[in-house]
Amino acid sequence: MRAIGLIALLFSCLWPAAAYTAELRGTGDLGIIVERASGSVVVIDTSRHSIIHRVKGLGDLSHASAVFSRDQRYAFVFGRDGGLTKVDLLKGEISGRTVQAGNSIGGAISDDGKLVAVSNYKPGGVKVFDAKTLDLIADIPAISGKGGERSKTVGLVDAPGRRFIFSLYDAGEIWIADFSAPGAPKLTKFGDAGKLPYDALITGDGRHYIAGLFGEDGLTHIDLWADKPETQTILKDYGRGDRKLPVYKMPHLEGWAKAGDRFILPAVGHHQLLAVDTRTFEHVGTVKLHGQPIFAVARPDGRHAWVNFALPHNDTIQVVDIPTLKVIHEFKPGPAALHMEFTPRGHEVWLSVRDADKVHIYDARTFAKKGELGVTKPSGIFFTARATRTGL
Amino acid sequence: MRRLFSVALLAVWAPIAVASELSDTRKAELRHMVLHDCGSCHGMTMKGGLGSALRPVDLEGTDADSLAYIILNGVPGKPMPAWRALINEDEAKWIAEALTKGLIK
Repeated sequence: MRAIGLIALLFSCLWPAAAYTAELRGTGDLGIIVERASGSVVVIDTSRHSIIHRVKGLGDLSHASAVFSRDQRYAFVFGRDGGLTKVDLLKGEISGRTVQAGNSIGGAISDDGKLVAVSNYKPGGVKVFDAKTLDLIADIPAISGKGGERSKTVGLVDAPGRRFIFSLYDAGEIWIADFSAPGAPKLTKFGDAGKLPYDALITGDGRHYIAGLFGEDGLTHIDLWADKPETQTILKDYGRGDRKLPVYKMPHLEGWAKAGDRFILPAVGHHQLLAVDTRTFEHVGTVKLHGQPIFAVARPDGRHAWVNFALPHNDTIQVVDIPTLKVIHEFKPGPAALHMEFTPRGHEVWLSVRDADKVHIYDARTFAKKGELGVTKPSGIFFTARATRTGL
Repeated sequence: MRRLFSVALLAVWAPIAVASELSDTRKAELRHMVLHDCGSCHGMTMKGGLGSALRPVDLEGTDADSLAYIILNGVPGKPMPAWRALINEDEAKWIAEALTKGLIK
């Protein structure tokens, strides 16, 4: 009898997932980590530093990303193969899935939480789905007014007022799709967005949309608060005179960092971050770095940015103090340090070290390592608090 | 795309000698790099993304030498970088052959 009790006890220890699902709990401290090679995500409890579920069957998750429902119970995961998967974080299971295109690159959720938009490479365009049922609501083929084929779309973000904004990679345009009225979305198109926009960001206040350009120096900026928004090229001269290095991985703009009156962006093809004045959009400073930056992710207070790098420097992280534009810390967490995510008020940062099959957890103020999790080929890390922020 | 290959070939290309034997360790490293680093743009299943699709069916009519040239030297005006600083000609040739034969997936 005692043996049975012991076995039962052992069993309950070995079955944390079952214990969790039975337990009443919130989701505000949960998140997901993409396991890019196995088509799975792990659901994590960021308070207990533990994995509570592993959800499989999400397809090709190279370059996958995720957004969250307003109640922070569901993650919408955007796969490379066109798969849009809705994951129930509490049950640890897939609650909806559609393969909506042949090839995709991320998405966004509307401010009211009702629409999920996906950015597609093939066929090029944006599709918008009902967040509850994943039924198709709108299909927006990205065919430029200048003619040509459907363009790949990139830099898709949500903007206040049930709007989505995205860039046309091949056509060099920026479009706004406004779903505030019933029926088909109202499209506003900017035809002069620069050569090969490859990614974009929207500031947390929903005011500035900035697209990075691969085909020319500079970035394209739209002030969405203007009576008549228009495109403006900023940082036109940032790379001039310097030889551009081969870009082994495209920088990502989503982790844009803002502190006071400046924000910082990764430079394409240079070992640099660029500091920009948030009012004039003039280039006001440069941070020299260890390698070509991929993400420059701001700690939520905006004081520091954590930066990771493209090959062959992708084993290193640098921390930049934004007011002084100085590198104040550097360390080597391991091979392919790919993605960083801060807890909502910035006490910790979680970091995927892909080729070590580990996720590290650091104190974001002392830089001390607090723990690690075994995760298979981890890439993107996404915490549910993203649900409360524009553009994430 | 094919025109681009030929122009590139005419310009400076001298055919790479038959790839010398790479160690199994190096092949594993290269395979890993193709899946995980090249895969950011070309997809883990090589179905493409921002970069071209690289399955055997997509590469039909493209010989391994042209592909190795592109790997080493990149594509001007496009995000495909020159990988010459990170891999040598034998390694590029091995990757090119493995891709045309569908051996990396």
